[in-house]
Amino acid sequence: MHELALTESIVTRVSEHAGGGRVRRVTLEVGRLTCVSPDAMRFCFDVVAEGTALEGAMLEIVEIEARARCRACGAEFPRTTLWEPCPCGSDDIERLAGEELNVKEYELEVAATPPIDPARVGG
Amino acid sequence: MCQTCGCSDGARVSVMNLPAGDGSDARGAHRHHGHAHEHDHPHGHEHGAHGDHPHDDHGTTVPLAEAVLAKNDALAERNRAWLAGREILALNLVGGPGAGKTTLLERTIRELAGRHALSVIEGDQATSNDGERIRAAGAPVVQINTGSGCHLDADMVARGLAALKPAVGSAVMIENVGNLVCPSLFDLGESAKVAILSLPEGEDKPVKYPHMFRAARLLLINKIDLLPHLDFDLDRCVALARQVNPEIEVLPVSARTGEGLDAWYAWLASAVARSV
Repeated sequence: MHELALTESIVTRVSEHAGGGRVRRVTLEVGRLTCVSPDAMRFCFDVVAEGTALEGAMLEIVEIEARARCRACGAEFPRTTLWEPCPCGSDDIERLAGEELNVKEYELEVAATPPIDPARVGG
Repeated sequence: MCQTCGCSDGARVSVMNLPAGDGSDARGAHRHHGHAHEHDHPHGHEHGAHGDHPHDDHGTTVPLAEAVLAKNDALAERNRAWLAGREILALNLVGGPGAGKTTLLERTIRELAGRHALSVIEGDQATSNDGERIRAAGAPVVQINTGSGCHLDADMVARGLAALKPAVGSAVMIENVGNLVCPSLFDLGESAKVAILSLPEGEDKPVKYPHMFRAARLLLINKIDLLPHLDFDLDRCVALARQVNPEIEVLPVSARTGEGLDAWYAWLASAVARSV
């Protein structure tokens, strides 16, 4: 289950980026054709986040629809498999979206006092 | 053993140089989240209820826009540069358990002895059985045990290469953990992935596990000697592999009888020639 390793790297990276701040939400972008199960990532996340700056944080997964453009007829079309040809029959396609696996953003808890240094947050 | 995720001290990654018997822990101490976790999660972390309030309430959104695999990919590029600087061909051998990856390597090592310098990084969850087989066949080998991990990653391979010290101009065969899913996602810094699929697994595997077959440059269809005994349609298997990956090269072989192996050795020789 590679989702465990992926979730560990997300938690490590976001903790480091947050520079000691508490993280309330992490938003991932996962393409529909990425070789990753969002459910398995959710399953791993709470366990991996325990004891880190992300403990108790929400994992938000934005699933991205898969699309391609046909180089023969120029049409854009949705994909349900990795190898789907264009409805016109051509398999000369440009893959536009659907294979993402990114940390889009995270939400940092802002303490009442002292305020978090914005330079550090951006780091 | 940890009841939370099943990990244990025995599950950490180890890299062992078999000829030297020099085992070392690749990752150091097992990094973990607070254990002492007897209860059954009745406590309310707020995550389930977060939808009830707006996210901008006392929160600051920090954009990151970074690939989850960015760190692995950067390490893989470092491996690739290290290998290129030494004119070393590295092949990432992927396939299900029992496809014949180790048997193919054993025979390749024996039959190419004196023609090509080969060394091996063996990846398995546990045991050094495969590493021992490779050593017996006559090649330098480093065994990596991934513990709970279902794939090799670029960091493990970097440590494997440091222990293996492959010669300039040689070929390193990286036998990945037997698995048709996870290894496709992790770049190791290899020159190419070689997928090994054996007849008993069935001809439709390329479309059932498309990520793996799309990532491979060469498909070796192994155990071809079993063709008379199985309902395996070789042409359909090749057609399905090309459907997923129109560029893929396909060679039917038998690591047991030797059938088709000359074509594999010729492919290997030209790949070695390209990397020097």
